[in-house]
Parts: sequence; structure tokens; C-alpha cells
Amino acid sequence: MSAKLNALNSDSYIDVSQYRDQHFKGNRYEQEKLLKQSHTLYVGNLSFYTTEEQVHELFSKSGDVKRIIIGLDKIKKTACGFCFVEYYTRADAEHAMRFINGTRLDDRIIRTDWDAGFKEGRQYGRGKSGGQVRDEYRQDYDPARGGYGKLAQQHPAGESRNSF
Amino acid sequence: PVRRKHRAHKRRRTSEPIEIEDRLESLICRVGEKSTSSLESNLEGLAGVLEADLPNYKNKILRILCAVARLLPEKLTVYTTLVGLLNARNYNFGGEFVEAMIRQLKETLKNNLYNEAVYLVRFLSDLVNCHVIAAPSMVAMFENFVSVTQEEDVPQVRSDWFVYVVLSCLPWVGKELYEKKDVEMDRLLSQIEGYLKRRVKTHVPMLQVWTAEKPHPQEEYLDCLWAQIQKLKKDRWQERHILRPYIAFDSVLCEALQHNLPPFTPPGHMPDAQYPMPRVVFRMFDYTDAPEGPVMPGSHSVERFVIEENLHCIIKTHWRERKTCAAQLLSYPGKNKIPLNYHIVEVIFGELFQLPSPPHIDVMYTTLLIELCKLQPGSLPQVLAQATEMLYMRLDTMNTTCIDRLINWFSHHLSNFQFRWSWDDWSDCLTVDLEKPKPKFVKEVLEKSMRLSYHQRIVDIVPPTFSALIPAEPSFIFKYADESASSLPGYAVSITVGNAIKNRASNEEILTILKEVPNPNQEDDDDEGESFNPLKIDVFLQTLLHLAAKSFSHSFSALAKFHEILKTLTDSDEGKLHILKVVYEVWRNHPQMIAVLVDKMIRTQIVDCAAVANWLFSQDMAHEFTRLFIWEILHSTIRKMNKHVQKIQKELEEAKDKLEKQQHKRRDSGDDEDMDKNSEDEEGQLEEQIERLQEKVESAQSEQKNLFLVIFQRFIMLLTEHLVRCETGSVDISTPWYKNCIERLQQIFLMHHVTIQQYMGTLENLLFTAELDHHILAVYQQFCALQL
Repeated sequence: MSAKLNALNSDSYIDVSQYRDQHFKGNRYEQEKLLKQSHTLYVGNLSFYTTEEQVHELFSKSGDVKRIIIGLDKIKKTACGFCFVEYYTRADAEHAMRFINGTRLDDRIIRTDWDAGFKEGRQYGRGKSGGQVRDEYRQDYDPARGGYGKLAQQHPAGESRNSF
Repeated sequence: PVRRKHRAHKRRRTSEPIEIEDRLESLICRVGEKSTSSLESNLEGLAGVLEADLPNYKNKILRILCAVARLLPEKLTVYTTLVGLLNARNYNFGGEFVEAMIRQLKETLKNNLYNEAVYLVRFLSDLVNCHVIAAPSMVAMFENFVSVTQEEDVPQVRSDWFVYVVLSCLPWVGKELYEKKDVEMDRLLSQIEGYLKRRVKTHVPMLQVWTAEKPHPQEEYLDCLWAQIQKLKKDRWQERHILRPYIAFDSVLCEALQHNLPPFTPPGHMPDAQYPMPRVVFRMFDYTDAPEGPVMPGSHSVERFVIEENLHCIIKTHWRERKTCAAQLLSYPGKNKIPLNYHIVEVIFGELFQLPSPPHIDVMYTTLLIELCKLQPGSLPQVLAQATEMLYMRLDTMNTTCIDRLINWFSHHLSNFQFRWSWDDWSDCLTVDLEKPKPKFVKEVLEKSMRLSYHQRIVDIVPPTFSALIPAEPSFIFKYADESASSLPGYAVSITVGNAIKNRASNEEILTILKEVPNPNQEDDDDEGESFNPLKIDVFLQTLLHLAAKSFSHSFSALAKFHEILKTLTDSDEGKLHILKVVYEVWRNHPQMIAVLVDKMIRTQIVDCAAVANWLFSQDMAHEFTRLFIWEILHSTIRKMNKHVQKIQKELEEAKDKLEKQQHKRRDSGDDEDMDKNSEDEEGQLEEQIERLQEKVESAQSEQKNLFLVIFQRFIMLLTEHLVRCETGSVDISTPWYKNCIERLQQIFLMHHVTIQQYMGTLENLLFTAELDHHILAVYQQFCALQL
């Protein structure tokens, strides 16, 4: 009898996003299944200086945190601006997607997204220079993320490598 | 360019039933939203569409309308108007709708969904205004509800609910019912008045956010509603706030034939019924607080009731989607006649501070307030700042649990706004004893703020005068740090062990090294060093944690790697207590680290929950007893215990289900001998498993009960000591310490009431007996009163 109305069931903050991990071992269907059951969140746009302690404090507001894995530069093995947060329950992770995603940590708006689950190796940035891919190509100056993007650092604006 | 060939267009198929249902749902749910036409015109249009769809989709439409009655109470009058229009066009449909609503009402009551049942009854009562239901039959239903107050031997919360339903409908339908049946209504109200006078209100102090009556009394919810209805009656039922679209359709609606509600007997009391808990009305603003613009309706005005109800309903509907929730709150109909921002802030804080617990997870309110600030940057932040200031000013009489929530909210909020705050405005807190509520609050806020940032940041954001309130730098305190410690008995071994750990020595090697640690508890080495040796624990753990101090992950790895050794060292209760003591000693500047380490040690069974409780209440921790982190650890510990019990209970239920299924299968499978034998084996295994799980559940419940006993015993001891000491010294008992302690005891009851209910018998017989000091017993009695 407890009729639910689809029109009122909107819970869009916990929806799976468009992003799919290209390195995922398995097909799209398997990946989606894992994302829909996952207790793990990817957290992006962190400052390089954001600590595990800060992440723990913030993400504990939506439930007990099982573990945090800070993302590392593959070469330097230092924090490179992302992390994984794993909860004991899906419900707690959903609360984080609803209420922590899009708010500030260490003065930066952070972004959370469902993750298929941490596997060894996934704690490393996949950019050529060792950090995250997004830091390879960005043009802006972000002091909390190593300054200019890697490409922009090697080829400062005004000096074009290629020419048509 | 090449011209593409046109593909033949696929003929559009006739819409699937699911699509129609979705379309109908959408039309009905969204009526009145974001439209250029008036609400009346939208309703007229929708009524026409639905009337046309009735021949084919009557049941779907009935289902949807019943659902919005239950799930969208903030749009009550929109939908009653719609039903009114449909009834005017199709009398039979009106009748079927009323019948469906009655069925739904019975169902919700059976399922303990009392809050939703209120919305259903209110919907029915507003249908009187829409000429769908005849007034006398509504009065008859109310009379049946109020007659529940005559029942004997039922929980007070049962009759409370029936009275609440009737009173809460009157803002909508009081006028109409009085016009038609004033004698009966007067009798009804008089019965209610008699009941309210008889009611026991022992529970009220436990639910109040402030103990002070000024500036706004924290009224019991039925008392407040009664006062509001009394005032409404005095004003001859003139109510001007509620949006009533049906008025515009009066000429159409009064032509309609009305239906009579079937006689409705309230379902009898069942032992497993869960009636709503009583509550207290949260008020923090009045008309003097909103400086300009529309006046805030008074605390006993029915407008105030309706506004608060609607705002609570909007939050209830949209809490999962903060942008939508904020937008819906800010577009409240009639917002131009009220200081809406003040109402919104008051309702949100009312929920956040609600005792025993907020209707939704705490962090939702933080994020919702941020969203509201984004949508109204020119006005809402100021109201929020004003509210914060008021809450600060009234800290002295605020319930400790509510102060906890205020600390968490404020620090999290500030962290989203670069910690900008006019701390100087609060410099009065520096002039009093630091244990008083105001400086304590600031101290805890700064500590939480530091956790979300870093120490230097906190130093930078507060004026230098606030330095006494700045938290310590969260650094490790290592007893055996350098040669100045060389005279300490454990110094030499700490160095050896440290090197062994760094060189990845095996557990055996490390244990051998640790054998060298003398036992201060023993005169001679009479054993292999297996008994409790506090110095051994101290040396090993200090050294290990020091090496792993870099981050939480490092410390967790350390605990995992040396789990075996730690289990050996903490085999006894004394061992467990001591390990906690050492953790505190090394990390006492970093309460966050203490909390996560204790959590990890419970989860990996290095310590148990009772050990943590005993440690927190121990003399060693007495000087930290009023700090927030202590209580966070205690409540987290209790929650882990509760989840553990639930988990095993679930496993037991699942095993039982499996066995039942297996037995059914065997019964249905026929005479296959082989299948029978396999089946029997499986059942045998399951039965064994169930027996084991049964034991596990009993053992876990016993541990849980013991945990609560330990905690309550400790509270009683501490409080009794204090009360006796004050009495003999003729000193006022109300010290900041006492207020904190007695309210922490209340907090245990309130936060874990579901679990504690199971153990009431034991608690009453063993602990909360009549011999207890009445101050302590009162807490227990207030708690019991919540369920009566």
C-alpha cells in the first residue's frame, strides 16, 4: 500500500556520474554494478597539503569511515590532490554524496564520486609527470596544486611549441 | 556536401502504460510549480485532464492522489482543491477517493506511520472545505478520536496522538466545523481541555533545549498547540495564512454533493505500537528580532503553527536534495507576509537541536544552511549570524547535547567561509572560569576547527587575547624521546625495540626483547613475564606509536602489524585498561588520533567496549571528563556494540530463514532418497550454525547489557559523590561539572533509548532504585515518562 511516487523519489546527488575509470578491469556492465553497490568514494580537487586527518574529520560527518587512501604522485610519492574514502555502509557513503560533495575542505570545493573499489595501484596519479591527468594540461595557476599545470610549466604561455 | 537520404520516420507508438503513469504522476506532483498561469487556472486545467482520463486510468489516479495526500502535506490545500473539483465533476470518483483514503489511513496506523496518518486526517478535514466531505461526519470522526482519552491502561502517547490530530486539523477546518456543529465542537474541545489538564508531563525537562524560561519558554507541544487553538477560537476561527485555492472555486464546489465519512473506530492499542514521542516546541525568535519588514506571528498564533508545520514538511520531502530543499523553502507561498528567513532558520535549528535526535542526519542541516546562504546572499547570512550570536548568549542554560551539535555545526560552517567570524564580540567569555559554558564552547569550536584545518590557521584567525582557548598543537608526547629520559626504567628497551621494529624483526624477537622489561608490579621474576606488566605495555606501545605517528594510516598499519603482540600484552582487563592509558598519554594533545585509535582497537579486539567505558570514567581521565572528545568516544563505542549485536542477530535470522526454506524444499521434493539425505545433512549443518549463532547473540547481548550497566554505575557513583560532598559542605550542587555530568547521563538514555528499553527491568532493579538521590532518579523517571 505504501505507494511511492517516482516523481518524488528524486535523489540525484547519489546518482552515478558519467565518469568511468578507463583502467577498470572488466566490462561497463560490471563497472556500473560495482558503482551502484559501492561504499567507496573518489574525492577530487584536494589541495596537495590536505591531510588524511582533515579528510577523516570531514567525511566522518556522514558516518564511520573504514579507511582513507591518499592519492600520491607516482614518481614523488607525495600527495597529489585526490583520495579514496571507504565507508562501512553504503548508506553512509550516500550521505557523503548528498552533503559533503560540493562543499569545502581546506578552503577548496571538493568533489566526490562513486568508485568501483580501491585496488593496489589506484592510489597513483596517471598523468605523465606523475600527478593527476588534470594537472598535466590545466592552464590556470593553483598554488595548492603545484602552481601551473605541467604542460604550462614546461611551455609557458606566449611560447607556442607548434605552429600552423 | 552529400545530401543524406531521409530515413523513414518510425511511427510513434502509442504510449506505454508506464509512461502514462509517469505522466500523470508528474502532472499531479508538479501542479502549481513554476508556471506562468495562476494556480487556479492550472488546477482547473488539470481537473479537466484527469476527468477525461478517469474512464481508463481511474485506479492510477486514485493511487497517485492518495500518495500526494500522504507525501506532500505542504501542498495540502492544492490537492484538496483538485479533489474538490473532481468530485464536483464526478460524484462517484469523489466517493471512491474518500474510501481509498480511509483504507490508507487504516493501513498507515497499522504500520505505526503516525506522522503520515496526521497528514491524511488533515487532508480529509480540508476536504470539508472543498465540499467533498460533510462536516457532521468529520466531527463524528473527531469525536471517536477524542474518546480515546477515556481509555484506561494505555500509554499516554497513544491518547496524545489522537488529541494532536484533532487539534492540528482545526487551523484548516475549525471555522467550517464550528459553523455547522458548534455544540459538538465545544464539547470536543472541553474534553480535550480536561485531558490536557490530567496529562503527566514528567518528560518535558528532558526534551527542552534550554532550561531557562526566558526569553522563550520551551513549551510542550500539546500545550502550545492548545494555546494556539484557544487563541484561534477567540478570534472566531479567522485564519488568514493558509493558502486556500478552493475559495476561488466556491461557486463550483458548493454545487457538489458531499460524502459522509464512514464511521471510523480508532484501532485499539497493540503492545508493539510505536506512537510518536512527545516533543517540545523550539523557539528562538519573536517579532522583536526581525528588524524591518513583515512581523513574525506570535508564539501562540495559529499562523506560527501552520508556517512551522509547512516548513518541516518541506524539509521532510526534500532533505536529500539540498538545492531543491533550499529553493522550496525560499519559495514558500505567502512568504511576503512573514519574515521567512527567520522562520526558516528557526525551524532548521529546531530540528538540529531536537531531543532525543534530529529527524535527519546532522550534516544535512549544515549543508542546507550553506545552500540557503548561496541563494539569499544578501539576507540569510545576516539572520544566521544573528541566530549564532543569540545561541552563544544563551549557552549557560543550553542542554549539553545541543551544545555539542552547535559546536559541530558552527565549526563546520566556518570552515566553508574561511573561518571568518567576529571573535572579539565574544571576548566576554575570556573573563570567566574556562569551565563555564561560553569559554568552553569557544574552546571546543576552535578544537574542531583545527581538525578541519591546522594549528597555525587557528592561531591566525582569533585575536591574541583568545590564546588561552586555542587548542594544543596535536603532537606526540614521547616519554623515551631522548637521553634526558635515560634514567627511566624502560628507556633502554625502548631503544632496542625501536630498532628491532625498524629492522623488521619478527614477533618472537620483539617479545624476547620485551622480556627484559622489569615488572614494577612484581618483586621477583617468578614467571615467564606473562602476567600484566604495565611497563612492558608502556615501552612497546609508546615506541611503536612514536614510529607510526606520522598519520592515521601509519598508526593503523602499526596496530595491524603488531596485532598479535598487542593481544598478548592486553590479555587481561588491566592490560586493556593500561593500553588505553598509554594511548592517552602519548596523544593527549591530539584527541582526534585518540578517538581513531580507540575505534581501531575495538574493531580489532585489542580492547573491548567495557574497557573503554571504564577507562573514560577512571580517575586518570577525570580532568578531561567535560571535554567533547570523551563523549564522542563513549557514544561511538556504544554504537559499535549495538551494531555488533544487530549484525549477529541478522545472521541468526538469515540462518533461520535458510533452514525454513530448506525444510520446505525437502517436504516438497518427494521421495527421492538421495535428495533427502543431502537435504538432511544441509539441515543438520544449518541447525548447528543456528545453535552457534544463538549462543553468539546471547553472548553479545550480555556484553551489551554489561556495557550499559558499567556506564550507568559509574555515573551514579560520580554523581552521588558530588551530591554528598556538596550537601555536607552546604555548597550549591549546580557547578559546571555537575550540569555537564547529569546532562551526559540524560544523553546516554536519549541517544540509545531503543537499546536501553530492552534492559529496563535490570536497570530498575539493580541501579535506579528508590534509594538513589532524587536528582539522579529524576533523570531515569523522565526517561521512563517518554514512553508512557
